Amino acid sequence: MKAFSELFTRIDQTTSTNEKIDALADYFATADTADAIWCVAILSGRRPKRTVKAGELRDWCAEMSGTPVWLLEESYHIVGDLAETISLLLPANTDTKDHSLNTIIKSLIALQDSDEQTRKEFVMQAWREFSQQELFIFNKLITGSFRVGVSDKIIIKGLAKHFNIDENIVAHRLTGNWDANATTLQDLLSAENAGDDISKPYPFYLAYPLETAVEELGEVDEWQIERKYDGIRGQIIIRDKQLFVWSRGEDLMTEKFTEFQSLINHLPSGTVIDGEILPVKDGQLLPFHVMQTRIGRKNVTKKNLQDAPLAMICYDLLEDNGVDIRYMSLMERRNILDSILTAAKEKFPELPMMLSPTVECDTWEEVAKERLIAREQNCEGLMLKRKTSTYKTGRRRGEWWKWKVDPLSIDGVLIYAQRGHGRRANLYTDFTFAVWDGEELVPFTKAYSGLTDKELVEVDSWVKKHTKEKFGPVRSVTPELVFEIGFEGINPSPRHKSGVALRFPRILRWRKDKGIKDANTKEDLMDLLKINNG
Amino acid sequence: MVTFDNNGIYCAQAGIYIDPWNAVDKAIITHGHSDHARIGMGSYLAHKHSVPVLKYRLGEDIKGEGVEYGETRVLNGVKISLHPAGHIWGSAQVRLEYKGEIWVISGDYKLQHDKISQPFEPVRCHNFITESTFGLPIYRFPDITDVHTDINNWWRQNKEEGKNSVLITYALGKAQRVLNQLDDTIGTIYTHGAVDNVNKLYETTIGKLTPSQRITVETNRADIKGAMIIAPPSAMDTPWMRKLQPYKLGICSGWMQLRGARRRRGADRGFIMSDHADWEQLNTAIQETGAENIYVTHGYKSVYAKWLQETYKLRATEVETLYAGEQADDTIDIETKDGKDNESI
Repeated sequence: MKAFSELFTRIDQTTSTNEKIDALADYFATADTADAIWCVAILSGRRPKRTVKAGELRDWCAEMSGTPVWLLEESYHIVGDLAETISLLLPANTDTKDHSLNTIIKSLIALQDSDEQTRKEFVMQAWREFSQQELFIFNKLITGSFRVGVSDKIIIKGLAKHFNIDENIVAHRLTGNWDANATTLQDLLSAENAGDDISKPYPFYLAYPLETAVEELGEVDEWQIERKYDGIRGQIIIRDKQLFVWSRGEDLMTEKFTEFQSLINHLPSGTVIDGEILPVKDGQLLPFHVMQTRIGRKNVTKKNLQDAPLAMICYDLLEDNGVDIRYMSLMERRNILDSILTAAKEKFPELPMMLSPTVECDTWEEVAKERLIAREQNCEGLMLKRKTSTYKTGRRRGEWWKWKVDPLSIDGVLIYAQRGHGRRANLYTDFTFAVWDGEELVPFTKAYSGLTDKELVEVDSWVKKHTKEKFGPVRSVTPELVFEIGFEGINPSPRHKSGVALRFPRILRWRKDKGIKDANTKEDLMDLLKINNG
Repeated sequence: MVTFDNNGIYCAQAGIYIDPWNAVDKAIITHGHSDHARIGMGSYLAHKHSVPVLKYRLGEDIKGEGVEYGETRVLNGVKISLHPAGHIWGSAQVRLEYKGEIWVISGDYKLQHDKISQPFEPVRCHNFITESTFGLPIYRFPDITDVHTDINNWWRQNKEEGKNSVLITYALGKAQRVLNQLDDTIGTIYTHGAVDNVNKLYETTIGKLTPSQRITVETNRADIKGAMIIAPPSAMDTPWMRKLQPYKLGICSGWMQLRGARRRRGADRGFIMSDHADWEQLNTAIQETGAENIYVTHGYKSVYAKWLQETYKLRATEVETLYAGEQADDTIDIETKDGKDNESI
């Protein structure tokens, strides 16, 4: 744990990407193999199942530090991170012991079915033996996501540097479900074992938003133009008569998409398709919220299947006949994809797969017009892909761009503020906004992002001076500030007082030029709802 | 005897305000930070080391009178004296006594010794007005000697890597305590104009500081290599700072105790160093006054007041003021009347 703690400190004490990569490479060079694989697992979000509850940690910490629970709660609201709060409250240990990272994690996993007394003794014993920094890390291992300013890209580069393997290969071998208990970094990354896991997806190639005038991309006919669909980006894998469906977040979601089970019989083995999973009924795209009702469910009912049947709009082919074809040009890949889908549909017309249609345009003006009608098509905008592009890994500039329509927007009044977490801890940065319903302000959305750090500080200090009431970490404030809220979609929602739920709401700008009487109304929201849900 | 009104903390018997935020006739000023010392008062009474700061910030023409710690003035029967608050050099607690009733208004204070300001002196009283900037148990500041060692090691390491070390501190108070603990055998110490102005003020008022060089328009930036540069928060994200590249950025503040606060500001290193009292110091200070009535101002006042009521069975009340305490994101740093801090850009 001391070595991992030192790694953490090195990463935490720099804002430079290169220094973080060096720190990781140094760690891999010296760390115990069983620790190194866990380090990668944890930093890439593959943490073991949680075995100790947050409430238990809080109570034990209160007991051990002699802090009243209410005071601990108040402190937590300020710190914004329970693991850190506890590490700050517990008495400092001068005489510390070292335990390896993997033994600690294994012991935590072993607490799975133990009684409270056993869990408590284990945790408290650890609390007595760690330095403050190790305490924080230990608590983080228990409580959850290890967000320490290390992106997957940095981990991949660190591994690539130490093992001297190409980054793209590292990225591919790191994807999917692997068990840190059952493998080592050597095995995971070595070529001999690369074929072992037939479920392994390819890393997704992601686009950046278009940054320049579209004309600067060159000739229109060098680009393939598609609609940008608003569903779940996914990868369908058929290998050895088995089906795997991965989401972009690298969650294996095969069970949730029973529609695709039949693909085993209709698509050739060794096929990997990248596309968008969407609700489609009778050839018509349905709005995203229709699918949401079934994504969250553990068991999909017959009714769900009838109401929100899913299909994949296929963008790309990554593997053909078991061969990785990402090196081919987009045009070549699309041609093969087209022939595979056509052949399958001849035998099985109900195949829930369709080739993503291209939008044919001769000039950039026509492209721009197509972008503007995106919402009518239940789309977010356009995708522009260079026809000669290979399929790369991760988010890259240059050959793939997304060109979204401008968001819908509504001017709302700030009525509640709550303290943020992580970087934003101790600042009021989580806001609730309201619109007018007659003489009353009704909340219609929350929004967290969109303001600059400077504006956040300004609003935070305003909130502190204009608080009406406090409810735990939430404050109601005098209705005075108006913000323009942007969002990608609007759906009916009986659960919300305003009657609507927004997709991806964020703050577009602080309307210092507007008073609260200039804010929008609930009727305006209803109008948007009608227009956008036809 | 003491009340809180729209202008500030008021002693009607003596007809005097302590750290008022609106223009009043007579003011006692605990220390020179801009949230406690404001412009427009008919007269200013402060510790003698604080008066030059007030004149520098508010104008040479203000009517300012300096006194020694412990020196007693009597105003309409009220005995007034100033006592060391340990916050910055010249900072004071204000003791008011009338007919046996004693109030102490502590302004900002800390118990940690910074080797620049006269250490905090506990003053027995019946009524104590305290700040609560760091009034939560998560604020436990580390041993200050270790922090200074960390800063010097950090500088040494950055120098080895061919980088400058830019350290962000308040110009008034913290910059001087930091400067005096730097190991100048490591390299050259430079200062931002705003810091150097206050350093000069300290040197003419009190005494020598560790030698440093002010960065001016004549300074050849190419000569600044592996150096330590002390700059105020207002210098962050400015062209002035970008010219110091390559550098590592460190911030000295009590808020650096929390990772979120440090990450938000994009600092490489946060050094936990404050001129305010942490949790333990607040509790110690309050118990040592023997006061039964505690008035809690700027900071986590409601939480801290509740703690005092529950734990020490004190009559603790929260009070609204316009004091800002230590700011994680600037604003109360020393700004001068004519805004000449940035002349050296």
